[in-house]
Amino acid sequence: MTAPVAPTAQGPGLVVNRLDRRFAALRAAGRGGLVTYVMAGDPDRETGRRILDGLPGAGADVIELGMPFSDPMADGPTIQAAAQRALAAGQTLRATLDMLADFRRRETETPVVLMGYYNPIHSHGVDRFAADAAAAGADGVIIVDLPPEEASELADPLARHGLHLILLAAPTTDASRLAAILVKAGGFLYYVSITGITGTRAADQTQVADAVARVRERTDLPIAVGFGIRTPEQAAAMARIADAAVVGSAVVERVAAGDDPLVLVRDLAAAVRAARS
Amino acid sequence: MTQTATPPPNSYRAGPDEGGHFGHFGGRFVAETLMPLILEVDAAYRAARADPAFQQELDGYLRHYVGRPSPLYFARRMTEHLGGAKIYFKREDLNHTGAHKVNSCMGQILLARRMGKTRIIAETGAGQHGVAVATVCALFGLQCVVYMGQTDIERQAPNVFRMKLLGAEVKPVTSGSATLKDAMNDAMRDWVANVHDTYYLIGTVAGPHPYPAMVRDFQSVIGEETREQILELEGRLPDSLVACIGGGSNAMGLFHPFLDEPDVRIVGVEAAGDGVETGRHAASMTGGRPGVLHGNRTYLLQTDDGQITEAHSVSAGLDYPGVGPEHAWLKDQGRVEYVPVTDAEALAAFQATTRLEGIIPALESAHAVAQVMKMAPELSRDHLMVLNMSGRGDKDVNTVAKVLGTGAGGMDLEGVL
Repeated sequence: MTAPVAPTAQGPGLVVNRLDRRFAALRAAGRGGLVTYVMAGDPDRETGRRILDGLPGAGADVIELGMPFSDPMADGPTIQAAAQRALAAGQTLRATLDMLADFRRRETETPVVLMGYYNPIHSHGVDRFAADAAAAGADGVIIVDLPPEEASELADPLARHGLHLILLAAPTTDASRLAAILVKAGGFLYYVSITGITGTRAADQTQVADAVARVRERTDLPIAVGFGIRTPEQAAAMARIADAAVVGSAVVERVAAGDDPLVLVRDLAAAVRAARS
Repeated sequence: MTQTATPPPNSYRAGPDEGGHFGHFGGRFVAETLMPLILEVDAAYRAARADPAFQQELDGYLRHYVGRPSPLYFARRMTEHLGGAKIYFKREDLNHTGAHKVNSCMGQILLARRMGKTRIIAETGAGQHGVAVATVCALFGLQCVVYMGQTDIERQAPNVFRMKLLGAEVKPVTSGSATLKDAMNDAMRDWVANVHDTYYLIGTVAGPHPYPAMVRDFQSVIGEETREQILELEGRLPDSLVACIGGGSNAMGLFHPFLDEPDVRIVGVEAAGDGVETGRHAASMTGGRPGVLHGNRTYLLQTDDGQITEAHSVSAGLDYPGVGPEHAWLKDQGRVEYVPVTDAEALAAFQATTRLEGIIPALESAHAVAQVMKMAPELSRDHLMVLNMSGRGDKDVNTVAKVLGTGAGGMDLEGVL
């Protein structure tokens, strides 16, 4: 259950963990995957734990576990509010890692990607964070405000501990930047489908399809599309275009409303699984 | 030359590197969606800098619209009162719009026009930067959107009205603590969503590269003029410089041209609010630690868990939990001393400046005056000290009245003077 440790940090290609196995299995099965985002500790630790526990059974192929931050600059109002709820309920980076370790006692196969902003990790210490995240059972890390130019200081410790640093590409990313991103990208490439913040508007499917095709020409990495995917129909459309669809704000909205977010996750999963058949 | 000159120390003026790093501070920590925009601003700025026509156009506006050069004024009564160093005020308060902010706004608006941008966004805390941005947008007929924390909108009503008069749309920010840092978050969110027509006009020497270096360059006119003026008035360079620091643009503008003058002592003044020891302050270098926020690595006020905390200062312009990355580097290098000044000390200095010199300073600038009042009496009469009077205090009279009471006009200043 411990993620395999690469002997030396010579690049993201050396890391192989649950994330790689899951995307390989999805490709072998010929279906797209569902990546669901939840904010750790939202609305409180116990509810957050129950939601996390329920995600694999509801059909999440990959889980993004949000690490709350006081100043989430790339996020829309839904994720901002979730972070504030979690922080108000006392969530910390340590608590998020403990929550993951607890989850791993029951669930050993579903990959978990920690997603957040750099400052809490910087504050924790990058080496210590990489070690602690690996020990907790994480498979990858997405840091929204850490572009490839600044990524080495975190990418190297993560690689040493068998974790992927997942990088993002956006509609504004041109070919030369994409090349630089792909050199450092591990796990999967997160394609941001809109120029905007999370949860605000829907992507144009034709544009996304073109963009994903351009990325495909340059990499074998799985591609997950996120930002602005809210409904089972939209998720299914993206799962036809890319290796996986990421749904965040729509799930988090259910949490905010006090509803069971797993109902939506089941609908999303059913749509994604049926998308290519 | 009789001896081989020892290699000069690394210049303090050489930074940043190509990626915007001052030592390990600075850089570009933004979402990928923004990176191409920031690189575009960087490329456009480098091209503009290399173009004499750009500098010429900027100089023209600074002279005829802003009113530069600003005077370097010998503060005779304050000097006599303190009985030590000879004190000069660099009168940025006399600029159009009443503060140094317009220097950088003018440079950036000309850049935005060169880039063909038609919509300008900005963040503001006290409203001074917002007013300066709204002003230059009115001057060039560009659409202007200013993000301002709801908390700040309530305590800075006159500036909100001023911005609206100038044609700006003031967007209230209710997320987070609803203050300057949250306004900056929302401005960045706007920029991500409006990448093609919008220019983000950042108000201080912070944010992702090239902003810290670009704003510093535009503000360096303060220090360059000071150098010429003091040479003309005194025939030599000053012995010390003092300026207040929120993000740090007025201070960087004064300091930067002097960084490689080893005999010039340089002091930056942070806002200590109720006192650094109380935790209610805005002194990110004295009371914070390095972290990453708003696109750069710098000293930040934060919890043990790396969550950004709210800053506290009577001066809304210093009420920011971070500081420009070049200041963070200069602190670690030991080239600039950074000291805290409390609300109470700043308010006393505010009154002293008003009574002794007939100048109502901005509460931000009053922090620097408070430091001058601490230092000057201990120094000899031939010590030349330059204070950056970064802004005028008309905007602060309501705040001061609330703190001191409206009877302040006839109050006994014995304790202050």
